[in-house]
Amino acid sequence: MSEREIWITGIGIVSCLGEGADAHWQGLSDGTPKGEVGAFAPYVVHNLRPLDFDKQIPKKGDQRQMEAWQRIGTYAAGLALEGAGIKGNAEFLSHTDMIVAAGGGERDANVDIGVVGGVSKAGNNPEPFVNERLMNDLRPTLFLAQLSNLLAGNISIVHGVTGSSRTFMGEEAAGVDAVRIAHARIAAGQSDLALVGGAYNAERWEVQLHYAMGKVLIKDKPAAVWRRDGMSLGTIGAFLVLEERTHAEKRGAKPLARLTAVASDYARRAPGAVTATLEKLYAPIAAKVDAKSAAIISGASGVAPFTAEERAFLEKLELAVRATGTHLGHGLEPQFPVNIALAAAAVSKGQLFPPCDPSGFERPMDAPLRQAVVTSVGHWRGEGLALVEAVA
Amino acid sequence: MAKDHSGRPIVVVTGYGVVTSLGAGKEDNWKKLTAGQSGIREITRFATDGLKTKIAGTVDFVPIDPAINAPELSQRLAEMAGTEAIAQSGIGSAGNFPGPLFLAVAPVEIEWQQRQEIAKASGASEVSYNDLTRAAETGKFHGFYERFLFGSVADRIADKFGTKGSPVSLSTACASGATAVQLGVEAIRRGETDAALCIGTDGSVNAESLIRFSLLSALSTANDPPQSASKPFSKNRDGFVMAEGAGALVLESLESAQARGARILGVIEGCGEMADSFHRTRSSPDGKPTAGCIRHALADAGLEPDQIDYINPHGTSTPENDKMECLSVSNVFGERAKTIPMSSNKSMIGHTLSAAGAVETVFSLLTLEHQRLPPTINYQVPDPTLPFDVVPNVARDARVTHVLSNSFGFGGQNVSLVMGREPR
Repeated sequence: MSEREIWITGIGIVSCLGEGADAHWQGLSDGTPKGEVGAFAPYVVHNLRPLDFDKQIPKKGDQRQMEAWQRIGTYAAGLALEGAGIKGNAEFLSHTDMIVAAGGGERDANVDIGVVGGVSKAGNNPEPFVNERLMNDLRPTLFLAQLSNLLAGNISIVHGVTGSSRTFMGEEAAGVDAVRIAHARIAAGQSDLALVGGAYNAERWEVQLHYAMGKVLIKDKPAAVWRRDGMSLGTIGAFLVLEERTHAEKRGAKPLARLTAVASDYARRAPGAVTATLEKLYAPIAAKVDAKSAAIISGASGVAPFTAEERAFLEKLELAVRATGTHLGHGLEPQFPVNIALAAAAVSKGQLFPPCDPSGFERPMDAPLRQAVVTSVGHWRGEGLALVEAVA
Repeated sequence: MAKDHSGRPIVVVTGYGVVTSLGAGKEDNWKKLTAGQSGIREITRFATDGLKTKIAGTVDFVPIDPAINAPELSQRLAEMAGTEAIAQSGIGSAGNFPGPLFLAVAPVEIEWQQRQEIAKASGASEVSYNDLTRAAETGKFHGFYERFLFGSVADRIADKFGTKGSPVSLSTACASGATAVQLGVEAIRRGETDAALCIGTDGSVNAESLIRFSLLSALSTANDPPQSASKPFSKNRDGFVMAEGAGALVLESLESAQARGARILGVIEGCGEMADSFHRTRSSPDGKPTAGCIRHALADAGLEPDQIDYINPHGTSTPENDKMECLSVSNVFGERAKTIPMSSNKSMIGHTLSAAGAVETVFSLLTLEHQRLPPTINYQVPDPTLPFDVVPNVARDARVTHVLSNSFGFGGQNVSLVMGREPR
């Protein structure tokens, strides 16, 4: 394997904490769990802090062709390209390889309820009724908003990213594998420059319904990840620009951090499986981690059995830990990319943000931060680890 | 020599499997495909009252219990194709495939039947989403929760075949199946693995999916007779026909295949890609991104355009696709474009959407294997603006050494694959 070094040269993040690294630093530092019980009561949702979409998606026509998750992702992708200094630069965008981690299926709740309500009155043969309503009520643009790959499509259209375009699905695992494969392609010389990330809109009834069926949502009030059983969904957009070092140097780009390892696996979730998988993923990077200057940025969801196994594993590492889900909520596909972005911002600053955990598991870290291990243990599937390091 | 022109491991195919509306398995499919049979039929799975399109290439011969939903059928089709591919390859052992899974699958969504069941359980007369979530909280619907996660199909396929690592579910719309192959090729070229299982599957013909495509005016409404609806490159083509199916391929490094004495069925010589930034559902009017995509695939394969003997086109039968595809083929192949045979499998099996790239890779390999070109059926009214050799209506023998297969999708997704008969 070649020794090509991979730099993170741009990050674009939006969430309930606002947009960009500084807003996130402030939000992560104020010591209180976020999330609201509002429109989706009793569920706790981390609503996006309002954005001026015009700043990254100048054409109103483009905005109208998207649903919220696509606008959020396209916006975050624009921030990342801007941060890397390649926004609008066709020379670089034409060989930028894109991997997007996406869900999809953003629905019109009124149509759903109208149809479901009508069916109960439509007698024994409801199908023609459903057909008629859908023919009249579905909008073509909504279909395009439901296609998972249309976030990538919109990024191509709005930002001109055309090197290649792939969309991975599968909740947290999609985000982990998107970063892993983008990283592996650069490391192997199959690519020099990549845009990778995803977006999730938590402010939707149909996703509350889905996770309510799994009984994995907390209710009534926000709670820190290590203190809860369940997750609170969070709206998140997160993109990274990954770049081979000499490619970045040649164009004079400054790195935020190095991404030195990314790995994923599939724990078939029997008791102990998460622990065994984390041990297996951590083993190859263990020797690289310097306990004096490293911390853990955890993507734990808060779903008790899996988060408990992750916690027990992390306790043994004796490093300062931060679970960002306490602040951002759980955003599934972009969870791993956002945590890599936050890790890059922290090592770039040389400092870890304060704990936010009444259980006392998260402890302060005063030493300069040079390394961050980013974890993913999905709420159901999706295990991954990454090592983000300061540029020497 | 197990390296290609760029010093990378050569990637070969040692097993493949396929299911379409024509039947299960490559033997049956190839027989019908080369006989010019159509798998398109009237939809019986759901009521089509009030719909403009009433036909599809549904796979109706696979029993699903208790009721068909897209992820359940997609999973079943992927299992069938995967089982056939792995058996032919003889790789690994039962439930222990020695490499990763790349699965092209339609985006998963809770469907009307589930929504209605939950609504019923809520007991509410004027139901709201709040009522639905309250019913959901009883835990009675945990099965729906798992089934309708985006990763659920890939998880279960990974469990069945014992693939290694995190199973990758992917979507590049109508190019998905080709992207799955491409990801497998890249993983083997990186030296991450000696083998990969690449599957494209789609079992998503349901009322809402059909209506969505219909609202985009993408579907043929030539319902009668169903078998004549899909007519790629014809002047009277009026849209694609939705269809179901799965294609599966066992990819392996040549070195690994030779070491275990496996029969080599073909070579994935090159993969090309170029995203189109023009429009969400239409391709750039100059055809540059699709032409660039084809050129990238040829360059990746280390071949010149004149070394391609046959094109397995995307060929959907929409007015737009076929026109644009012919333009990009002309751009790349020049005068020769008019004489390279180019026949669309979709004239017979319809558009298998997320599966199409994988299904058509299998058919391209069968074309190489049998040295016979399946036809473009329903070619009764040639489009004078597309003067190509579409292998009209009847299959024929031909010498085929290298095949180009195109897959172009909504969202500007373009992937081309180049396949060869034998390692060079």
